Amino acid sequence: MTGGGLLPRDRAVQPAALTPEYKTSVTRSPRSPLLTLDSTVTEETGPVFGHDIIGPLDNDLINNFTQGASLANGERVLIHGRLSDQNGRAVPGALIEIWQANAGGRYRHANDSYFAPLDPNFGGCGRTLTDDDGNYRFMTIRPGAYPWPNGPNAWRPMHVHFSLFGAAFGQRLITQMYFEGDPLIDLCPIVAAIPDQRQIDRLVAHLDMSQAQSMDHLAYRFDITLRGRNQTMFENRPEGM
Amino acid sequence: MARRPDPDPETASQTAGPYVHIGCLPSVAGFHAVFDGDLGASPIIEGAKGDVITVEGKIFDGYGDPLLDGMIETWQADAKGLYAGQAGADPKVPGFGRRATDAETGAFSFRTIRPGAAKGQAPHIAFWIVARGINIGLLTRLYFPEDNHSDDPILSRIETAERAKTLIAAKIGDAAYRFDIRLQGDGETVFLDM
Ligand SMILES: [Fe+2]
Repeated sequence: MTGGGLLPRDRAVQPAALTPEYKTSVTRSPRSPLLTLDSTVTEETGPVFGHDIIGPLDNDLINNFTQGASLANGERVLIHGRLSDQNGRAVPGALIEIWQANAGGRYRHANDSYFAPLDPNFGGCGRTLTDDDGNYRFMTIRPGAYPWPNGPNAWRPMHVHFSLFGAAFGQRLITQMYFEGDPLIDLCPIVAAIPDQRQIDRLVAHLDMSQAQSMDHLAYRFDITLRGRNQTMFENRPEGM
Repeated sequence: MARRPDPDPETASQTAGPYVHIGCLPSVAGFHAVFDGDLGASPIIEGAKGDVITVEGKIFDGYGDPLLDGMIETWQADAKGLYAGQAGADPKVPGFGRRATDAETGAFSFRTIRPGAAKGQAPHIAFWIVARGINIGLLTRLYFPEDNHSDDPILSRIETAERAKTLIAAKIGDAAYRFDIRLQGDGETVFLDM
């Protein structure tokens, strides 16, 4: 059982709107403070997505662009993890959407003019629903780092964009996952928008050899936490007390 | 005494970036083969109860230029003020919509039904905005100009009428509304943390 209200969003762990080192934020950041209020039914409810929207290759970016006809180019990786809320509860049946560049660091998008070539066998989007324990998995290729016009010689670290739904519209979150050991993480102004190093570290997926497959793919683990709900004392009381 | 354990921190947000369409609106990015269409293509299904309306608008940055690479999500109640998943809600109102701002003009538009009043609030549609340069999604609301807003818990908390006006759509036709969003500067929209 849960109380209805969402826990207030802790802005200390979130990036500010204005982070001048990330230049586009300068003109796209509100100058007035946010209006902070308790959540209402609008934020406490949210869209429901059923298994009928998910096809068998939707979470397999190596195969889904050609519908299994040819494999994408690149280093094969499994990305997996658990979606939970701030109270540690699994979030089951939640929609996760991802998008990423190809192995050369190029997006299949009209606005990406980087000269690394498109891969005819790679699109770069995937989606899935978490299972009953909040777990998810995607098969994909490791995206390449890429240059971007934020300043001289600016490069994005290798990353996968994640879009997450919980059960409530107020839990909506978009973030990016990085790869353990990438030296570009510490140079990136988008990463540095997050004020707390511990929260940056939580966006870095760890190599997980327990889920790597011999002669096939490596694995990375990325766990994600969405906003939780206020709990009553009753449900928090340890058993027997 | 049972002590409430500290909750875990929420995962940090990062910008959706300029290529958000690939993941969230793949047909806008030119992907037609991967999925069966885009999610949130319409907040209503044919047969939804209520008055059909259209909403259009643009999102402006601090220079007054429209965003050409943004994404909007909307979440709304049915004609009786009930949200999908609540007991008695209209099954023809999934309530969730997604739109890209047009790559050339910045305009977005969608067709829906006018929501009813949800529990103690004036009728409204929640908007969530992400784009390149936005580090964490921006939440706001569209209210309707012909409604009485005096008891609404959000509008009544906004200190100046000038600011509150930024959440009220303009009526531009019998059943047509315009809702422009200003990220920064003159007429800056009120954004919510709730
Ligand atoms: Fe990216």
